[in-house]
Amino acid sequence: MEGFRHFSGVTTLALDSAACIGCGICTHVCPHGVMTLNGKKAKIADKDGCMECGACARNCPSGALAVTPGVGCAAYIIQTWLKAKNIPVDAKCC
Amino acid sequence: MKENTCCSPSPKTAGNLKTDDCKCSEGIQILPMNGLRPESMENACHADSALHADEPCCGPPPSPRSSPHEKPGYTVCGFVEGFLDTPAGAVPRVKTKTGLYDFAGTLKARSGFSRNDYKVSPGLYAVGNPGTGSPVLVTANYKLGFDKLRYCLKHSDAWILVVDTRGINVWCAGGKELFSAGEIARQVRLSGLSRVVEHRKLVLPQLGANGVSGRDVKKGCGFSVIWGPVRADDIEAFIARDMEATDRMRRVTFGTAERLVLIPVELSFLWKPTLAVIAAIFVFSGIGPEIFSVSEALNRGGMPLAAYGAGIFSGAVLTPTLLPWIPGRAFSVKGVIAGMLVFVPLVFAFRGEVGELEVFTLLFIVLAVSSLLAMNFTGSTPYTSPSGVEKEMRISMPLQAAALFAAVFFWIAAAFI
Repeated sequence: MEGFRHFSGVTTLALDSAACIGCGICTHVCPHGVMTLNGKKAKIADKDGCMECGACARNCPSGALAVTPGVGCAAYIIQTWLKAKNIPVDAKCC
Repeated sequence: MKENTCCSPSPKTAGNLKTDDCKCSEGIQILPMNGLRPESMENACHADSALHADEPCCGPPPSPRSSPHEKPGYTVCGFVEGFLDTPAGAVPRVKTKTGLYDFAGTLKARSGFSRNDYKVSPGLYAVGNPGTGSPVLVTANYKLGFDKLRYCLKHSDAWILVVDTRGINVWCAGGKELFSAGEIARQVRLSGLSRVVEHRKLVLPQLGANGVSGRDVKKGCGFSVIWGPVRADDIEAFIARDMEATDRMRRVTFGTAERLVLIPVELSFLWKPTLAVIAAIFVFSGIGPEIFSVSEALNRGGMPLAAYGAGIFSGAVLTPTLLPWIPGRAFSVKGVIAGMLVFVPLVFAFRGEVGELEVFTLLFIVLAVSSLLAMNFTGSTPYTSPSGVEKEMRISMPLQAAALFAAVFFWIAAAFI
């Protein structure tokens, strides 16, 4: 995203080129222009631009894209930490 | 005027008007509602009532008979300007201009008062004079987003299908799987959309793609999905381009205005923590050689409280405002830098009053609070990933906690020296 960039090398986004059928739907749904179409295959053009929203993986018809989607919100992440340690959370959703 | 429109029954039958009498001719026709009364309709209505403008009357002349679309127990929303009769029933036609009522609601939602319960009823709405070939635009039932969409359709004839996302905006509802293929298919069926339009296409907001699989929508209701632009501002241009989005329409932005509107809600989250902070400052400020002194607590508490306020300003106002210009990728670092900026005038304000150790307390409070709140703002930005935020939190939170611990340590120590 122009003018904004968080940490590099953190995203869980992965593309299995062999499985890609080149439909290009990922280039339509990504809000950060991470995916481009290179001939008949999708390509991750800007991996660090990925915010792991999960739109591409959900809409990929051949399962070629994978990402662990989630909410980039501190309160939510603290809840997941507490839950992982079996500490009961007064669950207010973020 | 056609004979079978609502006001046509003779005065004798009008008293026990059945819904059948009110059916308009087949196809789509505008029915009068809420001030939207064609001239001929006025005359017809007056003919069957006791209204005679030229006769003496006490008080203002009575308003016309209620529209058949007014139902017991329901109120017609202020943003509805009439109804279209369709094969699937009457569809409310919405205004494309901001009303005072909408503006007040927007203020309440933006300030955090009604943000979590700001809904419109799910279902089918109309904009302009849509027909069987008009586009169907799908959106969430968060009123702020629904309003934005209708304001952006001033020159359009379209259908708006509002999905029940429990009052949550499209993107967040997508993340929570509330804006989902199942929910959209359900609303398509409930609204009888297939009887209203001849085509089988839905235009979805692009940001809903995290929760919606286009294929599953097609499977669920037979309508295929066209991914619309990110912003409602682009919807008319998108339709004009035969539903082709430009690269720019596909990208999310985070401009200054988009950041500024988020600040009041960020601040509204702070009431509860602030009460806890005030209590903590009172306790720590009272500790001293006399074990605990209430007068000292009140006397000394002002400075750390001011530092806390400065930290809030720096982390929740200054950092979001200046976000792209503050150096550093980590929000917690941006918060520290902004904190430094507000620390200088803070200390200047307390010059002569603040002791050598106490300066450190003020510094650590400002930096820790600013850093924490800046980091919390990641949840409101459209570009941080959960993996990135988690990494940042693992690094920053121990340092933020250490700074707060140091602040308390220096504050108590200063009371004994």
